[in-house]
Amino acid sequence: MDILIYGTINSIALALTAMGFALVYGICRVPNFAHGALYVVCGFITWSLVRSLGLPYLLGIAGALVATAVLGGLIYRVVLIRVRGMAISEIIASYAIGLAILEGLRWGGFKGMTYTLPTFVEGSVFIGGIPVDYHRMLVVVIGAGVVAFLWLFTHQTRLGLALRGMAQDERASLMLGIDSDRMALVAMAFGSALAGLAAVLLLPLGNIVVEAGYNVLILAIAVCIVGGLGSWMGAVLAAFLIGFAQILTVVYLGSHFQMVVALLAIILTLILRPSGLFGRQKELEERV
Amino acid sequence: MTAEQGRKERIDRGIKVRAESIYALMSWRELSYLALPRLVLIVGLLVIPLVMPSMYWQRVISIVCIYSLLALSFDFLAHYVGLVSLGGAFFVGTGGYIAAILNKSLGLSPLFTIPAATLGGAAICTVLLLPCLPLRGVYFAIVTLMYPLAFARVIEALDIFGGTDGIMGVASFPNQWVEQYFVIVVVLLFLFGLRRLVNLDLGLVFRAVKDNDQAVRASGMSVTYYKAVGVFIASALGCLAGACLVHIYMWSGISQFALDFSVLPIAATVIGGGGTLVGPVLGCLLLVPLSELLRDFGTLRIVSYSLILMGFVVIRSEGLMVYGQRKYHQFERWVKV
Repeated sequence: MDILIYGTINSIALALTAMGFALVYGICRVPNFAHGALYVVCGFITWSLVRSLGLPYLLGIAGALVATAVLGGLIYRVVLIRVRGMAISEIIASYAIGLAILEGLRWGGFKGMTYTLPTFVEGSVFIGGIPVDYHRMLVVVIGAGVVAFLWLFTHQTRLGLALRGMAQDERASLMLGIDSDRMALVAMAFGSALAGLAAVLLLPLGNIVVEAGYNVLILAIAVCIVGGLGSWMGAVLAAFLIGFAQILTVVYLGSHFQMVVALLAIILTLILRPSGLFGRQKELEERV
Repeated sequence: MTAEQGRKERIDRGIKVRAESIYALMSWRELSYLALPRLVLIVGLLVIPLVMPSMYWQRVISIVCIYSLLALSFDFLAHYVGLVSLGGAFFVGTGGYIAAILNKSLGLSPLFTIPAATLGGAAICTVLLLPCLPLRGVYFAIVTLMYPLAFARVIEALDIFGGTDGIMGVASFPNQWVEQYFVIVVVLLFLFGLRRLVNLDLGLVFRAVKDNDQAVRASGMSVTYYKAVGVFIASALGCLAGACLVHIYMWSGISQFALDFSVLPIAATVIGGGGTLVGPVLGCLLLVPLSELLRDFGTLRIVSYSLILMGFVVIRSEGLMVYGQRKYHQFERWVKV
């Protein structure tokens, strides 16, 4: 029973962390390997706004989300736009930015002390004899909401359809009047904001640490690769698959193996089915 | 049309005959023109240890050479075989652990452990990477990025090979001079060896695999076989670097799977100029001392070289060496259009 409950919570949390990356890389093909760095940055911005400037919590979160989105947009506008289309350069450049941000934060004094954010609501409830605190419940609700919103966004709104069109066939979408640079900018800002949202929801459950940035990036890549790039459904199912696999290994093998699961999932998926479990895009191109 | 418009005309110097590497030399002047850059590099590298002010900076030279080997391996794999591997740390860790285990448990001297780690490590890396070889581009890059991370976590989780403490008390080189000249000579040998290799028939096939693998397949050659050979050569370089590193530091641990060994060689290659093979060595000569100077500032050195890397990728992606070669080998002048 506790495996079921905590597995679900872990899976939703995973889906939440990965959604930003899935939107940006999976759907729009803009690799944002600074995803983990943006996640941590948003946590620290929230912390400084709330703890140092004394803003109300919700206002602080809103400010941090906007700041993260602007930062993501800037990264695209200033750096990534120049190497657009060269996949390896895009990855190296965005990864270098992420590395610089994370190690810069570590150098800039965000270490040693513990940084924590308060939970939104105190207290806990018993479900089938297992204590679950309200904050985790809230994470599940908001996470499911974000996942559903993203589906509606990419399938029903003009902007979302434009984003998907750009990934599927850039020339055709240019002909239909979609400005692909602007769309990529929007996707990048939006994905960064989603990374930030995941941060403000999940960080109150633990400390804000720089190392989290690397783990978040790995988990996000894992979810996207296993689910298959370009597949929204695949990403959600992959989040559940990896989420439950993680909880099961923690229960039966020990917590050291939690990250090994994600790493092995990436390696195995790429070896066995590079287009992912549910991916349909670019199936032939990626293998010789 | 406004004032006169110019166009920069580039003319090769007359000694180039047919291709990049075939020259017709008519005089001592032309011979020295070709030999000078090579001699500067060889003599320079051999003299550097003699002029270093302290033991500490001599050690830095050894580390420069270790990173040069890694950068050579990355450059060769990325620009001649077409496999972008972000997992240099995987090679270092494998080679390092093999050398350390052979030295500690079998008591072999570095004379035996280094070649054994080079060949054995390369074989292990090649076998482990074999399933990923059909992958291309970004996917190969991601999967190689994950390998060292996964291995580090597995060693940590299973607590094998000394777990998080690593293996301590590995034998060192007899003295510092042997250590430095060994790595310097190895770097020079591999540098010129690889330059020779990529112009052999084998190198031609490698480049064909990079440019158009379907054509290679259509010629009746196995793409996977040639990719595997390429990975074997590159991982041999990486494992050699790892084995030397372990014997220099007398210690092997999971930090050898750390991202440092993946990122810095890539940065060096991008700065030095990918595809030239000399460029990466030059990049290491610039970057490693810089990062040593910044060591006091902790992780600021990682920030600095990731920013340099980003800058070069975005603004001057050809790198210093390609730029330098162009200036050296060609006349440039403005002509009216």
